Amino acid sequence: MKLKLASLALGMTVAAAPAMADLVFPSLSYRTGPFAAGGIPFADGYADYFTLLNERDGGIGGELARVPECETAYNTEKGVECYEATKDDGALIYQPLSTGITYQLIPKVTADNIPMHTMGYGRTSAKNGKVFSHVFNYPANYWDGASAGVNHFLEQSGGSLEGKKITLLHFNGAYGREPIPTLEALAEKHGFDFNAIPIDYPGQEQKSQWLQIRRERPDFILFWGWGVMNQVAIQEAANIRFNMENFMGIWWSGSENDVKPAGMGADGYKSVQFHNVGSDFPVFDDIRKYVVDAGKAAGAGDQVGTVLYNRGVYAAFLAAEAAKQAQAANGVSEIDSGMMRDAMESLSITAETMEAAGLPNFGPEFTISCENHGGEGMAAIAQWNASTEEWSLISEFAPADASVVGPLIEADSAAYAAESNITPGCS
Amino acid sequence: MFYREAGDFKTSYAEDNQTFPVKFDRYRYYAVLFMGFAIIPFLINDYWVNAIFLPFLIYSIAAIGLNILTGYCGQVSLGTGGFMAVGAYGCYKLMTAFPDVSILIHVLLAGGITGIVCVVFGLPSLRIKGFYLAVATLAAQFFLVWLFNRVPWFYNYSASGQINAPERTIFGIEVTGPNTEAWATYLFCLVILTVCALIARNLTRGMQGRQWMAIRDMDIAAEIIGVNPLKAKISAFAVSGFFVGIAGALFFAVYLGAAEAGDSFGITKSFLVLFMIIIGGLGSIFGSFAGAAFLVLLPVFLKNVLVGTLGWPTDLAAHLEFIIVGGLIIMFLILEPHGLAQLWRVAKEKLRLWPFPH
Repeated sequence: MKLKLASLALGMTVAAAPAMADLVFPSLSYRTGPFAAGGIPFADGYADYFTLLNERDGGIGGELARVPECETAYNTEKGVECYEATKDDGALIYQPLSTGITYQLIPKVTADNIPMHTMGYGRTSAKNGKVFSHVFNYPANYWDGASAGVNHFLEQSGGSLEGKKITLLHFNGAYGREPIPTLEALAEKHGFDFNAIPIDYPGQEQKSQWLQIRRERPDFILFWGWGVMNQVAIQEAANIRFNMENFMGIWWSGSENDVKPAGMGADGYKSVQFHNVGSDFPVFDDIRKYVVDAGKAAGAGDQVGTVLYNRGVYAAFLAAEAAKQAQAANGVSEIDSGMMRDAMESLSITAETMEAAGLPNFGPEFTISCENHGGEGMAAIAQWNASTEEWSLISEFAPADASVVGPLIEADSAAYAAESNITPGCS
Repeated sequence: MFYREAGDFKTSYAEDNQTFPVKFDRYRYYAVLFMGFAIIPFLINDYWVNAIFLPFLIYSIAAIGLNILTGYCGQVSLGTGGFMAVGAYGCYKLMTAFPDVSILIHVLLAGGITGIVCVVFGLPSLRIKGFYLAVATLAAQFFLVWLFNRVPWFYNYSASGQINAPERTIFGIEVTGPNTEAWATYLFCLVILTVCALIARNLTRGMQGRQWMAIRDMDIAAEIIGVNPLKAKISAFAVSGFFVGIAGALFFAVYLGAAEAGDSFGITKSFLVLFMIIIGGLGSIFGSFAGAAFLVLLPVFLKNVLVGTLGWPTDLAAHLEFIIVGGLIIMFLILEPHGLAQLWRVAKEKLRLWPFPH
C-alpha cells in the first residue's frame, strides 16, 4: 500500500503531457518483442511520411502533424495503457497494428468519438459502418485477402478447385483465426478440402505443423503469420521442398524480412497485397531528401521502399488525406477527431490524389460511405524473386468474391450489434 | 517512538487478536482505506484507472489467490493464467446468458466455477509434490487455453475467437463496456479486492491457514498431528481458484473489455503472477500487494520517465525497462530472498526500537 502511494505521487509528476495545437496521429508501435520485425518498418514509414509533410509542405493545411509513439510490444495490456496515455492529447486517429488491441479499442474509440483505421487487419466485419461507426478497414480486409488468395489458386489450377486440398497455416490468435469462416464458405462453394493448422505464439517452433503438412500433402497453403513465425514457416517450407508457387501468405506475411533468411529457397513465394510494392515512387525520393538525409528519420532510415515501410507510408497517406478532406469540409485547419471521422466516412481516393502525393498507382481507387467502411476490397498477388531480391506484383488489383464475403460480414456485424446493444444505422 | 506495542492496552481477546495490534499500523491501515475509498475516486481519470489502478487491483487479487496456494499451502502452481481464463470465460458466458443479472453476481459465480476447476486440477497434488506438481499445473495452463481456443461454445461462435464484454451494471451503474466512469470501475474492483484481502487474511490467521502452513512446512508431520492433507490441499486449491477466478473475470470484463485465451491468459501470465508473490513475499498478504505493485507500476513508471519526461526512443526505453526491472528483481532476491514483505517486517522491527539502537 505504501508503495502504491509512493508511485502514485511519483507518477503524478510525469503523467501530465503538454497539449499543443497540432494534428496528433498517435502511433501505437512495437519495436520490441517477437513481432518487431514487422512493427519497426511500419512505424518508421508511418512517422516518416508525416515528417515529410511537415518538412516539405509545412504540415497538413498549415498545421504541423505530430506523431507521438507508444510501445505496445503487441501486448493488449500495454495497448490499453498507450491508448489512455495518448487519447487526451487530441488524438485524431488510431492505427494499432494489432488485431487483439483493435478488438479492445473498438468499443472505447466509439465511446470517445475517435476514429480507428485498421488497414488490412482488425475485425473484418467493421466494414459494416452501420454497426461499427468509428472503425474503418479500407482498402481491404482479411476476408478479401482470403478470397483473393483462393481466386489465385483457382486460376492456377485451371478454373476448378474440386477435390484440391487447401491448408490455412495461421497464428493461433484473433488475427490468424479471422479468415477461417470465409475459407470454410469458399470451400463449400468451390468444393475444395479445407483445414486449418494453428501456430502458437510466438511461433519460432513449427516442426509439428510442418510434419502435419508433409503427411497431409495439401495442394495449396495459405499462411496467416506475423513476426518471427513468418521466417520460420518459409524456411520450413523450403526445407521440405514445398512448391513455393503454391504457398501464399497474407499481406502481413509477405515482406523482405520474411523471405530473405530462406535465401534461394524462398524463390517464388507469393503474398496477397493491397498496395503496390517497390521503391519506384516519387514520394520515396522526397522522403530520402527531406527526412532520411536530413537526419530526421524515425528509425535507422534503412527501410525505405520495403513492403512494410510502404504500408506505413500508405497508412499515413490515407490518414493525411482524410485530415485534408476534413479541413476542406469544415473550413478550419484545426480539426478534431469527430471531423476526422466524418471525413473518413466520405473519403475518396482517386488516381489523382495518389499522383499528387507522389504515389501514382500505389493502391486501388476507392470511396468510403457509411454502409461501406472497407472500400472495394481490391487485392493483388505479389511474388518474391530471390535472385534480384525483389517483390513484384504478378496480377492486377481484383475484387474479392463479394457473394461470399458480403453475407459473412452482415452476419458477424449483426452478432456484434446484438451483443453490444447497437442499433445499426447511418446517422 | 511512535511504532510500539507499549502503552496500547488490550482489554479483550478480540482486541488482542486483531490484525494490526500496533496502534500506528492500525491508523495507517485506516488512512490507506480512507485514501482508497474517499479520496482517490474523486481524483481519478481514465488514464489513472486503466493504466495503473485496475491492473494493480486485479493483479493483487490474483496474487492473493496464488499466495494462498503457493505461499501458505506450499503447492507450486503454474496454472494461474489458465485459471484466470476460466474466470474470464465463465464470466463472459454468464454475462451473455443472463444479461439482466448484476455483474457482481457473475464475477462471484465465475470465481466459484474457477474454484471447482482448480480443485479438479489440484487432485494430483495428493500424490505429487514440488516440481512435479508444477508440471501438472502447467498442463492445466496449456489444456485450458487450448480448450478455450478450440471449443467455439466458449466464445459464442464469434469469427475470431475473441470475447467482448458487453455493458453490464451494478445498482444501475455501468462497470463493464465502453461507457464506464473511471470511479465506478475503480471502486468496483477496490471493494472486491478489499473483501478478498480481508477474507484471505482471516482465513490464513485461523485454523484453516494453520493447517495449510503445517502442510507446507512438512506434510508428514502435519498428518501425524491430525491435519487431513486431502482437506487442507483441496481447500487451498478451491480458495485460491476462487480468488484467481475473480481476478480473471475482472481482468477481462472490467479492465481489458476484450480478451483471447492465448494472448491474455498465456503462460507468461502464470509466471507474472508467480513472480509477483515471489518478489512480494511468499506467505504474506501484504506481499501480494507489494509484488503486484512492483511488477505493474514499475514498468509504467519507467516508461513515463524515460519516454514521457526524457523523450527517449520507445524501443530503447522498452529494452531498458526489461533490464532495470530484471536487475531489480535479481537484486531484491539476493538482498532479501523473502521478498518485499520481509523488508517491511524488518523495517517494523527497526521502528519498534527507534530512535534507540538496542
